[in-house]
Amino acid sequence: MIVAERDAAQPGDAAPGPAGMPTPSLATVMRLHRTLGLTDDELVAIRDRLGRDPNDLELAMFSVMWSEHCSYKSSKPLLRTLPTRGEGVVAGPGENAGVVSIGDGLAVAFKLESHNHPSAVEPYQGAATGVGGILRDIFTMGARPIAVLDALRFGDPAEPRTRHLVDGVVRGVGGYGNCVGVPTVGGELVFDPSYADNPLVNVMAIGLLEERHLTRAAAPGPGNLVVLFGSTTGRDGIGGASVLASATFADDDPSKRPSVQVGDPFAEKLLIEASLELIERGLVEGLQDLGAAGITCATSETADRAGTGIVVDLDAVPRREPGMAPFEVMISESQERMLAIVRPPRFADVAEVCARWGLPCAVIGRVTDDRDIVIVEGGLDTDGRPRDGARELARVPAPALTSDAIVHERLAAPPERRRLAPAPGAPVVASDQLPERGMDPGAVLLALLGSPNLASRRAVFEQYDSTVGASTVAGPTSGGAAVLRVQGTPKALVAATDGNAGVSAADPWLGAAMSVAEAARNVAVTGARPLGVTNCLNYGDPTKPEAFWQLSEAVRGLGDACRALGLPVTGGNVSLYNESARGRIAPTPQIGVVGLLSDVSRAVGPAFRSAGDTILLAGEAGPGLAGSEYARIAGVAPEDGQPALDLELERSLQSFVVEAAQGGILRSAQDVSGGGFAVALAEAAIWSGLGANVRLPISSSPAADLFGESPSRLILSTEPRHAAAVELLARQHGLPIEHIGTVGSERLLVELAGAGATGAAEERGSGVADAIDVALADLARAWEHGLPRALGWDTVG
Amino acid sequence: MTVRVGVVVFPGSNCDRDTLRGLELAGAEAVALWHEQASLDGVAAVVLPGGFAYGDYLRAGVIARFSPVMRAVAAFAADGGLVLGICNGFQVLAEAGLVPGALLRNRGLRFLGRDVRIAAERLDTPFTALVGDGRPLRLPIAHGEGCYFADEATLDELERDGQVLFRYVDAGGTRARAEGDPANPNGSLRAIAGVLNAHGNVAGLMPHPERASDALLGSDDGLPILRSLVEAASRAAHAPVSEVADRAPVAVGS
Repeated sequence: MIVAERDAAQPGDAAPGPAGMPTPSLATVMRLHRTLGLTDDELVAIRDRLGRDPNDLELAMFSVMWSEHCSYKSSKPLLRTLPTRGEGVVAGPGENAGVVSIGDGLAVAFKLESHNHPSAVEPYQGAATGVGGILRDIFTMGARPIAVLDALRFGDPAEPRTRHLVDGVVRGVGGYGNCVGVPTVGGELVFDPSYADNPLVNVMAIGLLEERHLTRAAAPGPGNLVVLFGSTTGRDGIGGASVLASATFADDDPSKRPSVQVGDPFAEKLLIEASLELIERGLVEGLQDLGAAGITCATSETADRAGTGIVVDLDAVPRREPGMAPFEVMISESQERMLAIVRPPRFADVAEVCARWGLPCAVIGRVTDDRDIVIVEGGLDTDGRPRDGARELARVPAPALTSDAIVHERLAAPPERRRLAPAPGAPVVASDQLPERGMDPGAVLLALLGSPNLASRRAVFEQYDSTVGASTVAGPTSGGAAVLRVQGTPKALVAATDGNAGVSAADPWLGAAMSVAEAARNVAVTGARPLGVTNCLNYGDPTKPEAFWQLSEAVRGLGDACRALGLPVTGGNVSLYNESARGRIAPTPQIGVVGLLSDVSRAVGPAFRSAGDTILLAGEAGPGLAGSEYARIAGVAPEDGQPALDLELERSLQSFVVEAAQGGILRSAQDVSGGGFAVALAEAAIWSGLGANVRLPISSSPAADLFGESPSRLILSTEPRHAAAVELLARQHGLPIEHIGTVGSERLLVELAGAGATGAAEERGSGVADAIDVALADLARAWEHGLPRALGWDTVG
Repeated sequence: MTVRVGVVVFPGSNCDRDTLRGLELAGAEAVALWHEQASLDGVAAVVLPGGFAYGDYLRAGVIARFSPVMRAVAAFAADGGLVLGICNGFQVLAEAGLVPGALLRNRGLRFLGRDVRIAAERLDTPFTALVGDGRPLRLPIAHGEGCYFADEATLDELERDGQVLFRYVDAGGTRARAEGDPANPNGSLRAIAGVLNAHGNVAGLMPHPERASDALLGSDDGLPILRSLVEAASRAAHAPVSEVADRAPVAVGS
């Protein structure tokens, strides 16, 4: 590689660097920085910060730390606008994961992160290390990981390449999570042609900690030891963040494969146990996992957070292969490694813990007071000073690599045409005509239930261990948010992740706001109070004004929704350059919400419970079929645009449902989202084995009411004696609510009622049904078989 | 006095904490036994928990059988001590030759995590005395290598000698077929989900009783299995070891 050759270059005649440091000529630098992905402007900015030219090793360190993935150089100005404060937040953005107090001296740590590009190149390892990376972010904070949710997006499931990617990613998520012993309890799986070349693998992890064990990723105390433990350092994942995560794909490029990290879940399991033991015994002053940009990132970020510096003894880094160049050691992304800051007298105990867990452990440097990251070859003496004859290979101020990294003000411009394009040859039609296009709404419902985006995910979720930890009260097959009990308390944590790319494609503000609303609603319907939001923003090349506009609108929508719902953003991740020769992905705001249920025995699920229960619909359908699954399978571009979102109404709806659930007057609560009311109703029926008899008042149009995805609606069931109380509570919250039917039948029957439905069949001619009347068994069959059929998988067992 | 039951912790065990908790719920004082220790600290019974011992990269359980603690477990078992292997623990017991047969990759060649139903074939063993009437028990599985295999002669012997402890059944309690039956998730021969050794003091099963120890989690059908073990261990702790070893299989209850 070019960098390896340059690194061996002899001192040149450029501005003098630190004594003994090889300093190449300006001409060499000019050629090298572009190879490393830095622009000419960025090289100038590096020179400004150093007051001289960087040498090759320094340039390599800057190139990874100033990558989009590590520096957030395009998104930082946007992310600053997000609300980050909230009740109970004890760690927010800037730490490895957000942490919120849940009482009893306990706190929850959670974060969502992408591993998109590695998964496109090598799906198994890309997904596996995605899980590994986000888990490390959690236990670095002192939290034991208790759950993983994965949000996956792929192209057309009929394409062989998609099937290859799905198979690899699902095996990778399972292979890692199952082994490391953290249950995979939920997530999303979405197919859309825009993800064909650029799948999305977003993984959310949740951990539980005692608040007193909250650990910062900082390097305080000059003189403290810098200890690297876990796996050894190799050449895998060299420049993973800069090469893969921060550039657009040309194609499935095999030359990028060495940049994909390789995961070892067994090592991660040992790392979890060793790290938590070190924290519980108070043996470390700070802890940071090694992810993107490896040792360079871990040393500079911990030093910068503490206002200190670190001198790295390059020779002390345990390696898995000989002959590694200094830059390779410094930017390797070998997995399952941790950096600990340790007081010298405690090192013997740290080494004992690592040895017991079979993990290599080495002192690789010292904390200093000069705020510089210094790389030394030739060893340090016992005081942490370079030995005689040792060479200083690099010296960079820690802030220059992290908090003072370059920030780009990008140009944002909306596209000229913001309406969704119809599929080629598809007509643009008025949405109130849609269900009557010769289709029986029952047949539409069956088609939706069996469609790849709405059918049962069982074939995928069964490949994951969802019950290890013995805390999964509601897992991936429950249909709703994941519910995890908190051992030793009556409480439970509730988590959901949602991302609305369909609406985002035309209106990224709305898509992001709807994603927040939906994830929070999914948590609230269990009776849990949402605590905070994490996010993973998957967008295109930020240097293109339209892509940057999508990102900036999404951040605005995220912030607006969080402010309206009173939710802090406690952390997140930005994945840009999700583009290929075939185009840009649908903008995808993946949102994760964690909530707290004070009494797990009162958790409400989405499935009906008993025949005879009363069914209520809270909220009202509005027009807007664009971006819906209905529009997708109908192959049309509805002219009524996207649905509207009223954030005040959403807030009322969520506080209503939390209060009703906690008050014990709900038997079930199901959010209306993908596929609309009819799909939500059918799911509540399928999951319970109980049909329903419903008369649906049409508030907008039959299509929008049945299949539209306008937000802020819930299907509730309650014992008849509590129905009046539920209705009263809803009205007190200013919500429309209707008693629409009864649970219990072998069939699902939905009659349309009200002004919007009048005239129906007769006026439009005969032979067109206005009601849905389908056997429950047929609905269940369509829903169960849809995904395996779409993917060409034989059903297992 | 509460009986002490040990749970072996291999590097890579990931159900050790769940199993310790499950045993406590079943009334035991549960203690962890580290894989490097050569003695069992005087526990009255040992459980090998689920997980991926030593990473299981080569084949499930194949490295774990060589650990120091397994020499102690083998000696304990030979003396008539009660040993239960769950999931990976079953795989380790099979690799160590402490129970008959082998666990192959699931017939579908994919890891499977779901609830299954099993029924106890024997209700007079230290592992099943309290499970009641042989009705189907609902327990989760989570494994990639759970297809029970032995040659036909061995299978016949196991049936004849009453060493088949659990079989996969459907919701109605009907024994699952070996192939093409969703009730037999991994394609185990003769739908075998758990077996006993010849002396009846060592058992292995693929489903996870410790994860089905609270109705809140969807099922508490696993608890009677753990309670049976704890109760049998409690008797064994108060009887001379030789007396227990003489009985084959160990009779409890009655």
